[in-house]
Amino acid sequence: MIAEIGHFALIAAFLLAGLQSTVPLYGAHKGDRGMMELARSTAVGQFVLVLLAFAALVNAFVTSDFSVLNVAQNSHSLKPMLYKISGTWGNHEGSLLLWALILSLFGAMVACFGRNLPPSLRARTLAIQGMIALGFLAFMLFTSNPFDRILAPPPDGAGLNPLLQDPGLAFHPPFLYFGYVGLSISFSFAVAALIEGKVDAAWARWVRPWTLAAWCGLTVGIGLGSWWAYYELGWGGFWFWDPVENASFMPWLAATALLHSAIVVEKRDALKSWTILLAIVAFSLSLLGTFLVRSGVLTSVHAFATDPERGVFILGLLGVAIGGSLTLFAIRAPKLQASGVFQPISREGALLLNNLFLSAAAATVLLGTLYPLFLDVLDAGKVSVGPPFFNATFGPLMAPVLTAMVIGPFLSWKRADLRHAMQKVWLGVAAGVGAIVLTLILSGVEGVLPAVGVGAAVWIIAGTLLELAERVKLFRVPLGETWRRARRTPRAAYGMTVAHLGVGLVVAGVLGATVFKTESIQSMKPGDAAIVAGYTFTLDRVERIQGPNYLAERGVFRISEGGKEIATVNAERRNYPVENEMTTEAGIHTTWVEDLYAVIGEGAPGGGWTTRLYHNPLVPWIWLGTIIMSLGGVISLTDRRLRIGAPTRRRAAVGGAAPAPAE
Amino acid sequence: MRSRKRQRLWIACIGLLLLGAATALALNAFEDNLVFFHGPSDIAAGKVENGRLIRIGGLVQEGSVERIANTARVEFKITDGVAATPVSFEGILPDLFREGQGVVANGRLDANGLFTASEILAKHDENYMPPEVVEALKRSGQWKMGGDAASGPAASGPGGGNS
Repeated sequence: MIAEIGHFALIAAFLLAGLQSTVPLYGAHKGDRGMMELARSTAVGQFVLVLLAFAALVNAFVTSDFSVLNVAQNSHSLKPMLYKISGTWGNHEGSLLLWALILSLFGAMVACFGRNLPPSLRARTLAIQGMIALGFLAFMLFTSNPFDRILAPPPDGAGLNPLLQDPGLAFHPPFLYFGYVGLSISFSFAVAALIEGKVDAAWARWVRPWTLAAWCGLTVGIGLGSWWAYYELGWGGFWFWDPVENASFMPWLAATALLHSAIVVEKRDALKSWTILLAIVAFSLSLLGTFLVRSGVLTSVHAFATDPERGVFILGLLGVAIGGSLTLFAIRAPKLQASGVFQPISREGALLLNNLFLSAAAATVLLGTLYPLFLDVLDAGKVSVGPPFFNATFGPLMAPVLTAMVIGPFLSWKRADLRHAMQKVWLGVAAGVGAIVLTLILSGVEGVLPAVGVGAAVWIIAGTLLELAERVKLFRVPLGETWRRARRTPRAAYGMTVAHLGVGLVVAGVLGATVFKTESIQSMKPGDAAIVAGYTFTLDRVERIQGPNYLAERGVFRISEGGKEIATVNAERRNYPVENEMTTEAGIHTTWVEDLYAVIGEGAPGGGWTTRLYHNPLVPWIWLGTIIMSLGGVISLTDRRLRIGAPTRRRAAVGGAAPAPAE
Repeated sequence: MRSRKRQRLWIACIGLLLLGAATALALNAFEDNLVFFHGPSDIAAGKVENGRLIRIGGLVQEGSVERIANTARVEFKITDGVAATPVSFEGILPDLFREGQGVVANGRLDANGLFTASEILAKHDENYMPPEVVEALKRSGQWKMGGDAASGPAASGPGGGNS
């Protein structure tokens, strides 16, 4: 009964979305206030209905209602409660429903918090949002209904893929979708602005917080996924350039570029068409990611089912959304006149450089991801594009971004003096060069590139802190004056500082995980010891244990350094009898500066177990940095001018006495 | 107006330069890093260059898996029903590596015809067959239509994935 309510709520939401995507557009065209206002009520109504449907599905999972096909296929009565709930979105139909829920949530938020928007822009934005919802609700209702019943319910469900039964992965999809789908708002704003033919500072100010919120979600989502891959797959790595990872990384790169170019539109009234294009591209990449992951053209944990009908449907949606918006862009963009002119060496110039490199990086990732698919379609042979390709292209393209991101905030708008900026940041340069020299001398790692990487991480962190010090004139004026300046500094500026520090940490962590790690593979019997990077791993015993819904073989490792025992870690091989699958659980001891990581394999006939031991220095910083980056985004979101400063459509007076914030 | 045109011009120049650089990087990386797929029959026919990183796929030959005592090394054969390639791997096999099941391996072929795998990918699901394995069986003519074809969830890769 409850499942039927959910189904009907979806149908009603679909009909409302139809209203939302047509009437307000016509109203905005005619200048009819009533018709435009319909956008708000339908957006909120659509959210309530989709929420109802979602609640109905969660209820079906929690109560283990196996008469619902989706529950029977993806749940089991013995599963822990957390995974019963997260199982709701651990399958194709449920994850689409989560997609639609977040889509309508963003629409409803614009309807509720967008009071200051001009009515026509709000109506058009919500109408575009309605169209996207229409497409996805249709997709769900016609090809992937989560509420389908089975006539003869099985006594128990088939269970959830054990790889997905994990706390990190339970929360990975909601965050990721918040980011993926949140970019739809930037897209809707961009298309609405194209329809209106007007892009100005106020527009950029409205769009930016939504993009920022989506970006924060995407950052956390990708971080959680990477963390999960690190400890659950037992490969000791954090990023594999797997197509599904790339599918989320490309929108992230585009969203990062968009965040930065929207600043230029807001502050300087330049780069307008570029920003609009980025907003379209960012969401298009989200849609492409959804297509790649959901259609089953890629096989992975995420390809829940291979169903050509679904793939064709999403491909159609993709074609309409991307083709339509780009056509509109081609017609309208030439009309968008920028008023702000700037020199190559200026803050705009630095932000533009960042944008071009991020876009170029996203393009190479796209190429590497789609190339094997193209060859396959053309029947030109099977190839795979592995990490070496991405490392060889992505790395060199990121280097200029990492260099410019420190100098940029020191440059003034419109026209800047590079020498003057370098004088302020020379300490950062010295720290970076010092780090390079030190690494070359101290570490046994061969080659110059790792050292340059360490230098880059130090450079980013030192340079970013220097920028903050410069802003508050630390030690150059009395401390009281510094404190006053620090309090007057807008939160958006702090947001930038924090986010850039996060980038520095991530760079350091990535280096640790790639060039400075130590790995050892051997066969061990209980009592055997292996030495990895100065740490002694002793396999104490291997025992059989019984979990809530699995059996496991657990290897207990004692880790000691210099004869002193520092930790005990458990590495497990779990067997889930319901699903008849095995998973690996790595045993990890972290000090937040380095990870000691142990994996146990199958037992060999001679009584030994294959073990894989790692020393991963700095790796925790990858996730710490990711969290700090999104924290920077959140701090920037709480900026006064977004909180209160009711953006209105007049040229906002920038800055006052405080230096212009550069977020 | 003139300065705006100039601004456009240098933006366009930098953009084009970057595009060129990105293309050059990508093409250069493609040349070195594309990993081609081969079946055991291709290898037996000598179509495969030694020492280059390739990906092979097929079924783990029944009775061929041998764990070398007191080491982490495993040796086995990958077959497409016609030819078989000996494989040596040091490390932890995927959780669902079994004799008679589909498997994909990345690695290099040496002059003696031994394939040293750096990575073994197996499936996570009983009914799943990696597309590469299907391809290898098709190439050797051993593929029976309507078997447990390439459908079903969850291939495990090193990046079993996190999108």
